Amino acid sequence: MSSFQHRQSAHCESGVMASLLTHAGLPMSEPMAFGLASGLAFAYLPIVKLSGMPLIAYRMPPKYLIKTLSKRLGAKLHTQTFSKPEQGRLALDAALDGGRLAGLQSSVFWLPYFPPEMRFHFNAHNLLAYGREGNEYLISDPVFEEPVRCAAEDLQKARFAKGALAAKGLMYWLDDVPLEQDWNRLIRQSVLSTTRILDGMPLPWIGVRGIQHLASKVEQLDPAQVKYNRLYLTHIVRMQEEIGTGGAGFRFMYASFLQEAGEKLGDASLQEASVQLTAIGDNWRQFASACVRACRSKTEAPNFAPIADSLRAIAVQERGLMKELGAWAKRK
Amino acid sequence: MKLDEVPQDHSSTYGGHSKLVYAVDADGHYQGLQSDGWEPEAFATQLAVEELEGLEAGAHAAWQRGELSALKFLMYRYRLDEPALAQITGLWQWRIRRHFRPAVYKGLSPAILARYADAFGLPLADLTQYQQSKSQHSNNQHTKDPV
Repeated sequence: MSSFQHRQSAHCESGVMASLLTHAGLPMSEPMAFGLASGLAFAYLPIVKLSGMPLIAYRMPPKYLIKTLSKRLGAKLHTQTFSKPEQGRLALDAALDGGRLAGLQSSVFWLPYFPPEMRFHFNAHNLLAYGREGNEYLISDPVFEEPVRCAAEDLQKARFAKGALAAKGLMYWLDDVPLEQDWNRLIRQSVLSTTRILDGMPLPWIGVRGIQHLASKVEQLDPAQVKYNRLYLTHIVRMQEEIGTGGAGFRFMYASFLQEAGEKLGDASLQEASVQLTAIGDNWRQFASACVRACRSKTEAPNFAPIADSLRAIAVQERGLMKELGAWAKRK
Repeated sequence: MKLDEVPQDHSSTYGGHSKLVYAVDADGHYQGLQSDGWEPEAFATQLAVEELEGLEAGAHAAWQRGELSALKFLMYRYRLDEPALAQITGLWQWRIRRHFRPAVYKGLSPAILARYADAFGLPLADLTQYQQSKSQHSNNQHTKDPV
């Protein structure tokens, strides 16, 4: 596996897919993998709690990217989970010894190469194993600058960590990646799908309506509950920035995809859409800064109305952009 | 975001690493660029870590006063809460809360303790040791691990 090239990515799942495809001979940037898999989304799920906070997601759920992208590209996705950890280890060793590149789902908490500050119990992290030496695995973790090494026991613990989104040792790879692709059809199909996720779901928590829902939640925060408000607002910021989104909750990454897709098709309207989304992403970043500012000021009572308004403005902008992109995708 | 606006705030929460973010150059062309920190994001991470550390310290003090078993501060030390610990161990939350009582914890079987040991990644002996009375414990101070 000496020919494998590690590449740093913003997000784990899109990074793993981009590396797998590139290695299989289909050059793929991370934004392209993310966009073609229609990874962009927004969801506010009050029922799913993360340390007492609602789940706020800026992308589609774990494994969606892997499945959608391999289906759209017509590649054969091989996935395997294991009821016994030992079987998982043997299967990984066999795959690596056979010269394969294996995608793995794992927990972040049990990976010793993560700095302690970043180690939370998140079980849907993705990484690539590309070889082994003695008792260590050679790992290409997409969010790291360089390839890393991980002791067998630690990787084993991370792959078979229990709890929410448990990986059960999930291992996957791609077979038969078709190197000829109908880019025009692929891009239109994936863009249309994203517009339907962001603006077309009849649910108040998904897409643009989810953003509006979050806005009203922020507005309803009780200024007296200082501690809760601080944790709530920073929780949003963490979901948007900390977990590896390429900035602004994947908005910049998707804008980069639109630009690359526009160049591929020679279509200026996608470049125009990319510029618009970059501006929306900048607004998301300002929203995050405003959330943190409201948490910082200890003297004056924070005013949540402007923060909620900025979110509503973002919702309007994203809806407008999705309408344009939807019309573009349907045009022949 | 433009390339020269990509924050480089040397955040300690990145542990000396850099993340990749996407930004546009002067011609509006997208590129991936490393960022070694963004202050608002680091503030958010730190607040979450401090919250857990505060909970751990509170539970640790309560354990030393003999009001709680060691289980509660261990739970926070390993960045878990009751729902998460319940999911990992397969125990009901009310059972876990019951195990926070020192007297109940003392009588726990090795089988139950093994589930907790597995969740925390600790040897079973460590959890059995917390069943002994506290005075014995203070003689061999338990060293705090990094996470």
